[in-house]
Amino acid sequence: MSDIYLDNNATTACDPKVVEAMLPYFLEQFGNPSSIHSFGSGVGRAVSKARKQVQELLGAEHDSEIIFTSCGTESDNTAILSALKCFPNRKEIITTAVEHPAILALCAQLEKEGYTIHRLKVDGKGRLDLEEYRKLLSPNVAIVSVMWANNETGTLFPVEEMVEMAHAAGIQFHTDAVQAVGKVAIDLKSTKIDMLSVSGHKLHAPKGIGVLYLRRGVRFRPLLRGGHQERGRRAGTENAASVVGLGKACELALEHIAFENVQVKALRDRLEQNILSQVPHCFVTGDPVNRLPNTANIAFEYIEGEAILMLLNKKGIAASSGSACTSGSLEPSHVMRAMDIPYTAAHGTIRFSLSRYNTQAEIDRVIEAVPPIVAQLRKLSPYWGEDGPVAEPEKAFAPVYA
Amino acid sequence: MWEYSEKVKEHFYQPRNVGVLEGANGVGDVGSISCGDALRLSIQVNPDSEVIENATFQTFGCGSAIASSSALTEIIKGLTIEEALKVTNQDIADYLDGLPPEKMHCSVMGREALQAAVANYRGVEWKDDHEEGALVCKCFAVDAVMIEDTIRANGLRTVQDVTNYTKAGGGCCACHEGIEEILAKVLAAQGIAFDPEAGKAAEPEPLPIAASAKPGKAPLTLVQRIRRIEAVIESIRPNLRMDGGDAELVDVDGNTVYVKMTGACSGCSMAAMTIGGIQQRLMEDLGEFIKVIPADKAVAVREPRTSAAAGA
Repeated sequence: MSDIYLDNNATTACDPKVVEAMLPYFLEQFGNPSSIHSFGSGVGRAVSKARKQVQELLGAEHDSEIIFTSCGTESDNTAILSALKCFPNRKEIITTAVEHPAILALCAQLEKEGYTIHRLKVDGKGRLDLEEYRKLLSPNVAIVSVMWANNETGTLFPVEEMVEMAHAAGIQFHTDAVQAVGKVAIDLKSTKIDMLSVSGHKLHAPKGIGVLYLRRGVRFRPLLRGGHQERGRRAGTENAASVVGLGKACELALEHIAFENVQVKALRDRLEQNILSQVPHCFVTGDPVNRLPNTANIAFEYIEGEAILMLLNKKGIAASSGSACTSGSLEPSHVMRAMDIPYTAAHGTIRFSLSRYNTQAEIDRVIEAVPPIVAQLRKLSPYWGEDGPVAEPEKAFAPVYA
Repeated sequence: MWEYSEKVKEHFYQPRNVGVLEGANGVGDVGSISCGDALRLSIQVNPDSEVIENATFQTFGCGSAIASSSALTEIIKGLTIEEALKVTNQDIADYLDGLPPEKMHCSVMGREALQAAVANYRGVEWKDDHEEGALVCKCFAVDAVMIEDTIRANGLRTVQDVTNYTKAGGGCCACHEGIEEILAKVLAAQGIAFDPEAGKAAEPEPLPIAASAKPGKAPLTLVQRIRRIEAVIESIRPNLRMDGGDAELVDVDGNTVYVKMTGACSGCSMAAMTIGGIQQRLMEDLGEFIKVIPADKAVAVREPRTSAAAGA
């Protein structure tokens, strides 16, 4: 039996059709798309085609609004730093407490450099308080950056509504849509979003390619200066093969968006409902009624996530965890902490993220594997008694912490 | 994911001595805030002989926390309390054929659980004197709290100082930004501004023997050369001893220097870096190419194993 990959929010397999589309651009079509000769012009046409494919998936009005970058992180950094350069007198940024590190680590650095960072809080289900947001909007804010979908829980934020509020206050709005693109329908021309980040490897394109969508007319300053590539907005010779791959991946994503929201979602729900009914003391984190169709994040109380992952891995199942041990940091996931999930549950969160390649047979194998693994680890846990948590677990076991 | 040894995986998949211990007369509950892991160790001590006759554990934690707990119970069963208290976290890590640097605190938690259980058996209150912070230097597994304490205790001013005292930052150098931030924070609390350029003045004095020998171009005699090599190794030993290890010069053969690594250095996953460090210092000091080889490897090189020869 082959292994089962349920970690598609971390990265995805390249679609074979994507690889096929890319292959000619290594050996035969190796030219520089900027060159005038025949070696280059074919590549130039291929890049143009890819740009249109991305434009179509995002529902952008113009293909020139698509800027190819090296990854989602570069797109995020470019967007925020651009706004700071465009509005040098505005020293505040609004973001959320549950963003990806590509935003949070940059903001932490900017804070050290003197900027004020407002991190919007979330409630127990990972939802924002738009009243808190409204009060922070002021002429001192250079940019608002809010993710479209959370990578850990899949919870969706109302970015289309939030951009209206930002614009009413005269503030640029960026969204990190790395997890959303290809999984939720996006039509940028019917929104006011100024900038949006895409990462290729989250939607079956290769790693090392991303996109920054930049609405026509929005003030912008490039991160990388040099050549005239991407109309001078992102210098550096195009990663032509990967650009072609991303184009193809976007075309395929558009074809499969209904599949993601019906079949993949049904598999996710089957997985989640069966685990919840068979395993006591576990619960879904995030907002179950408003989230990505492929993501299920389940907290297994009184056990630790890395141990669960190791036992899953032994059964050939790949998932990920919000425990501190898997991140190498001191704390469980910042997303779980922001939602105020207790430590004994936050350390035991497991994210199952599906793709269109998963089958029902695979999901049924996972449903079979999970309950005994949880039971096995609970037997080791000082918070767990014969067949349930010990009475008043927090009091019965209160270790001296160092 | 972490690179766990086969021994760690084995103890994780089939942990020994799990559960509540009926008749336990010593229980230690400890946790590591840096991981959210927690461990309850139960021991049954014979009051006459003070021998630990049985030990079990319950652990809320990751793979290496569970494996460390399992290893601890295996190690201490049959030991007297006195013997068991001599078990170090390095012993636990060694028993498991090593742990990744980020996971060494799992073995520390094991040792602390033992101390707590013994204190509980003796009816005294156990106080933890060990505080742990975020891992800063991944090469030498040095955390932020240790760096902060060392800066305060020794009035350190530069990244080079921190490296000299804690080894942090002495490997890949990727954590120098983090060390600078800690220096700036600790120094600011003392009303001192951190000066990244101050390192130049704080360079340690060159070894006297090296300084005096430098002007002379005359080739060293064999005895002089070995003394020089010994002096360099001597200068490194205090750092190694701080980690419970040591190094000793065994032989010099042309450009090859054989060094015996002992204590915690022996079998440590960082031994290769320490050897590299000694080699670098020797080359700088003697001004020639020097190859440092661990003495145990030298034996293997000189006397090829017959089994390997037969297999080939």
